Amino acid sequence: MRTETRREQFEPPSALGNLLRKLHIDVPLFITLSLAAMVSFVILYSAGSQNMGVLVRQAARVGLAFGLMTLLAHVNPYQFKRYSAVLFSLGILLLIAVLIMGQIGKGAQRWLDLGFFRFQPSEMIKITTPMMIAWYLSEHSLPPKWKQLCIAAVLIVVPTLLIAKQPDLGTALLVASSGAGVLFFAGLSWLFILAIIAILASLAPIVWHLMHDYQRDRVLTFLNPEADPMGRGYHIIQSKIAIGSGGIYGKGWLGSTQSELDFLPESSTDFIFAVFAEEFGLFGCVGLLILYLLIIGRCLYIASQAQDTYSRLLAGSLSFTFFVYVFVNIGMVIGILPVVGVPLPLISYGGTSIVTLLAGFGILMSIHTHRKLLPN
Amino acid sequence: MSRTYIIKDNSVENRLFLNRIIVAFVIILLLTSALIVRLVYLQIVGHEHYSSLAKDNSIKIKPLVPTRGMIYDRNGKILAENMPSYSLELIPEQIKDLDDTLKRLQKLLNIPDEKIQQYHKQRKREKRFASTPLLMNMTEEELAKFAVARPFFPGVDIQVHLARHYPYADLASHVVGYVGRINETELKTLPVAEYQGSSHIGKIGIESSYEAQLHGKTGYAEIETNAQARAIRTVNAVEPTPGANLYLTLDIDLQKTAYDALDIYNGAVVAIDVKTGGVLVFASRPGFDPNPFVVGISNGAYQALNSSDSRPLYNRALRGLYPPGSTLKPFVGLAGLEYNAIGTQHRIFCPGFYQLPGVSHRYRDWKKWGHGSVNLNDAIMQSCDVYFYSLASALGIDNMHDFLQQFGFGEKTGIDLVGEKAGLMPSRDWKRRQRNQSWYPGETIITGIGQGFTQVTPLQLARAMATLANKGNIVTPFLVDKIVNADSTTHGPEIHKGTLPVKQENINSILTAMVNVVHGERGTAKIIGRNISYQIGGKTGTAQVFNIKQDAKYNENEIEFKLRDHALFIAFAPADDPKIAVAVIAENGGHGGSVAAPIAGKVIKQYLESDNEN
Repeated sequence: MRTETRREQFEPPSALGNLLRKLHIDVPLFITLSLAAMVSFVILYSAGSQNMGVLVRQAARVGLAFGLMTLLAHVNPYQFKRYSAVLFSLGILLLIAVLIMGQIGKGAQRWLDLGFFRFQPSEMIKITTPMMIAWYLSEHSLPPKWKQLCIAAVLIVVPTLLIAKQPDLGTALLVASSGAGVLFFAGLSWLFILAIIAILASLAPIVWHLMHDYQRDRVLTFLNPEADPMGRGYHIIQSKIAIGSGGIYGKGWLGSTQSELDFLPESSTDFIFAVFAEEFGLFGCVGLLILYLLIIGRCLYIASQAQDTYSRLLAGSLSFTFFVYVFVNIGMVIGILPVVGVPLPLISYGGTSIVTLLAGFGILMSIHTHRKLLPN
Repeated sequence: MSRTYIIKDNSVENRLFLNRIIVAFVIILLLTSALIVRLVYLQIVGHEHYSSLAKDNSIKIKPLVPTRGMIYDRNGKILAENMPSYSLELIPEQIKDLDDTLKRLQKLLNIPDEKIQQYHKQRKREKRFASTPLLMNMTEEELAKFAVARPFFPGVDIQVHLARHYPYADLASHVVGYVGRINETELKTLPVAEYQGSSHIGKIGIESSYEAQLHGKTGYAEIETNAQARAIRTVNAVEPTPGANLYLTLDIDLQKTAYDALDIYNGAVVAIDVKTGGVLVFASRPGFDPNPFVVGISNGAYQALNSSDSRPLYNRALRGLYPPGSTLKPFVGLAGLEYNAIGTQHRIFCPGFYQLPGVSHRYRDWKKWGHGSVNLNDAIMQSCDVYFYSLASALGIDNMHDFLQQFGFGEKTGIDLVGEKAGLMPSRDWKRRQRNQSWYPGETIITGIGQGFTQVTPLQLARAMATLANKGNIVTPFLVDKIVNADSTTHGPEIHKGTLPVKQENINSILTAMVNVVHGERGTAKIIGRNISYQIGGKTGTAQVFNIKQDAKYNENEIEFKLRDHALFIAFAPADDPKIAVAVIAENGGHGGSVAAPIAGKVIKQYLESDNEN
């Protein structure tokens, strides 16, 4: 039997190791995340026309996000499980509040103004949805049965529709995939997964009918960007020119001409990957993808080591959603997916998204650093 | 009692979960590979292609701005056109010392400081290599001066473009409207692609209501440029589609007659083609010259227009709210016949005032000694107030409201202009909702002669007149008759007509009484009935601007011009087969018969006489 005291005898405690253990920080994850934040600063300096103000504001956000991550890493995962339903319900109520206020104010509304800061409930729901479903499924035996699947489906569809109505298609997509991720890790049968894909495909015409005009425009533009080079297709065409002209080695840091000449719109936010690809080329892109894979790999490892069903499902889903984030953004920038408003995680400028992302990583760290040492 | 226990098989769950983690990682690797394959395709295979596209200033997409559609009146006279205009534009990136250049230009061309500040403000909004105008609408003298000095001003150039011009200036300013520079609020809601390169947008009137049709479709050219940003050749171009030309139902000559006839009075004249609903005259006086708005009106000039007492920017025909006064009487009379509250021969004795039973308050007639015994025909012809006080009392406010609403009082007419006012036809329900008060019988009485809460626009009055003259067939006014595209012609708005459920004999009685207003011996508008070969039907009206105390005398010579009553007149002609319906409001005109009726008479005369020539 191994206990904490005996383990310390085998590994003499270093001062740093002790400190990290007390901080509940997972070192590999912390290092890779810090690397990503550094990449963000480097590329933002270039994409933001070397504006120090942009960097300072981003640094403030990243600092806040790392703080929140450390804070959440301290919380025992049991507490997350205990409050899953409460937090989820609160998130749904806030979403409804935002929707009603939006209708009164006539127009898209995603914010709740709390006076001292503006809060975006859809960000909170990105984490509380997988928490809720993981909690619900972990109360039953796995793989989930019909009844549990139906309830889980409702738990996914409600927040997704509320966010899609804002309208914020990108976030709705992320929330839906975080919920679906839990079901996947819970062992949803393959037959079922195929059936869902088939149903979704057949629902496409209905979704098309329900979409806003500008959302339809984006899909049409995705299918044929050259048809409308002055309008919607402009983003994708310019983005492809920037990436393609970067070549294998890129034009070097601060060497991008497309964002400099203002050809590339939203170069600091959703389309920042195009600037990165232009300056650092294929090598840089593959390097960045490897960094993302390292982060995801570590997260999945944490999930595999988790000791209870709730922690596993939540960890698995958070890891998977992070990848969806990466894939949807890069896919859209390189023109293999339609343009939905999803930023490049950890790199894009602004948004509260980085705070939510690192909160997710905080939960993962909590899950990993609060493991009880069990007999082999 | 049975209880279900959840039995968890941990080893199965463990295996299942690890299995899923591995599958997830494989999927993630596969999708990442897909991203890399695409990147390889873009960055290695397509590198040369995209590099040539991206090469410093290689291909630029330039919007080709469509020509804005013209606006014509019904006879093809131009109301809005595009004229070549010269502007002085600067490309800051090609100028070494911007401040110095600006200073020298200011000296050369006597540019006011205000323009320089405006220029700096606008430059901040433009993209980096865009050229920004410093001077618009340059005079020949300015052009010549700059042409001589041009070699000393690299990066400064004269650009020719088309600017909107309104040849009739203030005559039709409210109805035609004007275009102005796109402002930041508009920029947010406009379709970006369509307005690339467009600097102007319709602000009011037809220019605004028909913006989509007038603007046309923006084309674009892919232009190859060299390192100095000079165009070398056009690689590919899609030509713009010019905006549609609009033909209005408006007759600008008739409009001028109406506008001139208003003379010293502020007010409005609206004339409608009874058969179609086409608006022939839509005049609001005073007007304003819309041309300065196109190039950007100076702050001082705008303030002068905006703060003027006569409110020239205010579209009285569309948005002016007036008490209808006695012009409402024919409609109230028709309501009386329809609800069987009166017959055509029903007589009332008018002693010069009316009293509700048991109330001492006297509702006075305009004629102090009264009209004596009058029937409906006499009451309309002589505009007897007491008859209509009594009728209103018999009808009640609910019947009056429901009936008059059918003629469009209190509702928008649906004309194809933005910003129309609905006016107000009061009811018990309205007063409770808006003021949280109950309805008083006295308010019913004065509603019967068009005073009290009731408010109408000149357009509504003309429309109600046209519907009545059209024998109860509802007339919907419209301004755009034809929309002529490069390849097709569309005719004006679809008009949903209906017929009011009103007896023809009753309408005919009212129309006959209205003819007597103009042609009868004691008609209140008989001065316009002389020496004409056709018959006009009409009704005079006087709308109180302020209340006169009980038993006080109203002496128009003693009170200030601004407080004088508004003069109103509605008319149709010719009586046997109505072609035109007119509504006239002359603010502070005093008497409908002497001031407003002659204005309508002139419009009708010109319309019917020119009509006979055709």
